Amino acid sequence: MSDPGNAPVAAPVGTDEKITFSKVAKRFGPKVVLQDLDLNVKVGERVTLIGPSGSGKTTILRLLMGLEQVTSGTIRVDGEYFSHMERRGKLVPASEKHLRLARRRIGMVFQQYNLFPNMTVLRNITEAPVRVLGKSRADAEARARELLAMVGLEDCEGHRPHQLSGGMQQRVAIARALAMQPEVLLLDEVTAALDPELIGGVLNVLREIAATTDITMLIVTHEMRFAQDISDRVLMFDGGQVVEEAAPGKLFSDPDHERTRQFLSAVLEKT
Amino acid sequence: MTGWDWGVASAAFPLMLKGLAVTAEATVLGSCLAFVLGLILTLLRLSRVPVLAQVTWAFVEFVRDTPLLVQLYFVFFSFPVTLGIKMSPLMTGVVTLGVHYAAYTSDTYRAGIQAIPRGQWEAARALSLPRHRVWLSVVLPQAIRRSVPSLGNYLISMFKDTPILLTVGVLEMVGQAEQAGAANYSYVEPFTIAGFLFLVLSYPSSILVRRLERYVGPR
Amino acid sequence: MPANFSHFLSVLGQGAGVTVELTVGGIIVATIDAFLCGIILSRSRLRILRFVVRVYVEGWRGSSELVQLFWVSLAAPTLIGFKLVPLWAGILVIGLNIGAYGSEIVRGALNAVPREQREGAVALSLGPWQQLRKVLLPQAVVEMIPPFNTLFIQLIQATALASLINVSDITYQGKQILEPIASQGQFTLILTIMLVMYLILSLILTGIMRLAELAAARWAGRPPRPVPLRLWARPAAPSAGVGGPS
Ligand SMILES: Nc1ncnc2c1ncn2[C@@H]1O[C@H](COP(=O)(O)OP(=O)(O)OP(=O)(O)O)[C@@H](O)[C@H]1O
Ligand SMILES: [Mg+2]
Repeated sequence: MSDPGNAPVAAPVGTDEKITFSKVAKRFGPKVVLQDLDLNVKVGERVTLIGPSGSGKTTILRLLMGLEQVTSGTIRVDGEYFSHMERRGKLVPASEKHLRLARRRIGMVFQQYNLFPNMTVLRNITEAPVRVLGKSRADAEARARELLAMVGLEDCEGHRPHQLSGGMQQRVAIARALAMQPEVLLLDEVTAALDPELIGGVLNVLREIAATTDITMLIVTHEMRFAQDISDRVLMFDGGQVVEEAAPGKLFSDPDHERTRQFLSAVLEKT
Repeated sequence: MTGWDWGVASAAFPLMLKGLAVTAEATVLGSCLAFVLGLILTLLRLSRVPVLAQVTWAFVEFVRDTPLLVQLYFVFFSFPVTLGIKMSPLMTGVVTLGVHYAAYTSDTYRAGIQAIPRGQWEAARALSLPRHRVWLSVVLPQAIRRSVPSLGNYLISMFKDTPILLTVGVLEMVGQAEQAGAANYSYVEPFTIAGFLFLVLSYPSSILVRRLERYVGPR
Repeated sequence: MPANFSHFLSVLGQGAGVTVELTVGGIIVATIDAFLCGIILSRSRLRILRFVVRVYVEGWRGSSELVQLFWVSLAAPTLIGFKLVPLWAGILVIGLNIGAYGSEIVRGALNAVPREQREGAVALSLGPWQQLRKVLLPQAVVEMIPPFNTLFIQLIQATALASLINVSDITYQGKQILEPIASQGQFTLILTIMLVMYLILSLILTGIMRLAELAAARWAGRPPRPVPLRLWARPAAPSAGVGGPS
């Protein structure tokens, strides 16, 4: 498993690089989803991934959350191996234990919220800080209440998830991810499952977080206005590779590639 | 006396194979009865004849909530007195197993019937098929097909339940094992062989049933 | 000796106490066994451990319960030179046999928790034990209760087999104590009382399981299944995970 071709010794990483994908490939059986992907995200940077359905955007986030394993190549976070670990001088795929430690820096918000139905809203937010970070319950709850206030749900701490609307559930999920004080936040189409009138509230919460924290963010979204407001850089994906990357102002108004233009016009058509 | 004695084992084995034939006979006859009677019970339950449907339901629940062994005693000791029905021990066992398992298979058939899509009923009605035709050509074939894996599981369970027939004097496999054990003053070998034979026969069968499950699709 | 109704009732009543002991003991053993094996089968990352447990479970399920009882009470003593009290042998064998079926229920219910829930827990860095304890089990247990109800009713029925290894339960009291002194007509009455006693136990059990299901639904954070008209109503068909009565 320590095949050097499988895990090439990658170039050293600059100190301001938060996330580094080096020659990452991901296959599901015969299906190639990512191929030779190099991707860097700087500390505090907000990067939006756009691209057609099936282009591998979700897969990138899931790799970075350790929910999938790379087929080849490496992923580093803060210059330390995330997808792999060093054992006796060799690079081997990360063990579950390694991943569990490494994951603590990363938070994720899912399209389907994935709140735990067996816990109250407050419990959903405090469980991981208490169990994983070892915070006292009182501290965790105090912090959870601040976060709930930030997402505009201070009155809902005793509710069960199924009693809330989708937009409210998603805001709880955002608070839950933030409670772990992640250095990186992954957002995978967090408004895609919401009714149109609930989308604005969730996006405003995210704008607020972007404005008031320096969390590094990796965002997959079809909300182009939001992407333009929030991101420093936009990457256009297709066929498992980056077709084009640019500052949002440039990419949305004057893309270099025909493929990007087609995609943008198709997306804007819908909205 | 400890340990394993091959002499005892080889003395017991032929007798137990003879018993296994009886076990197989009871299982096959019992299953046939269970499969047919179960279907009849289902149809009675689904029939809208007021009292009949409820009585059938109560009977099925009662059979499912009481032990097979006591039911066997009832058929063996009480049927001759109360109903005047006297049967050989083996037939007593077959009838008890068959009726007991019919209570279970009737639920299987019912689930199979309920799983038939509405569209099938409506299509049959649209063709103005007579009621009995709808059942015989459309509903039951599909329902029974879906029920096959589950019926297979019940057949395997029944096979493993046959040893209780030894209590009414049927010399099936475990009865033979017990006699062999008593004769040789060692139960280790015959009962180990018996357990092993059950395992060797029922495990492959249950794998076969699992295959069938995939073949006939989800219930 | 007065061979009459009240005498029958009191002799069988003594047996009912033992049947309840067998049932409660068996349920405890079966539940522990089912959860241990089911959790390992569903969650363990060690292939070899899963394999060993799979063999163990299939061994219990694949063989006949009565043979297992006879083996433990008649064969095992000559092998290990130690004889279990019949009651304990009965509880152990019946519990482990039913537990093996239960492990499939536990495994199935754990695997049926939506993948997203597991991933939500992983994304929060919850460890395997915490995922299980805080997220998977609370949601899975409510699904397990109806099939466990069916299974425990089969357990009650299986306890009657213990009479054949001289545990003085309802069936033993009726068959071994009362049958020799009763006329044929009286024995029909005795058998009827026995059947009714088992029926009552099954109904009580189903009532308890129904209450447990309500509690588990609350634990899982979902609105409870609508209460049926009859407290003892249980799912019509035995669940696919259960290999039928044993
Ligand atoms: N577990 C899996 N097994 C097999 N194929 C998978 C799996 N997960 C993803 N894929 C495939 O990988 C490809 C990329 O999927 P991915 O979810 O990353 O796309 P996406 O860019 O997020 O698309 P969308 O915009 O629809 O969310 C798809 O073709 C998908 O079918
Ligand atoms: Mg996606």
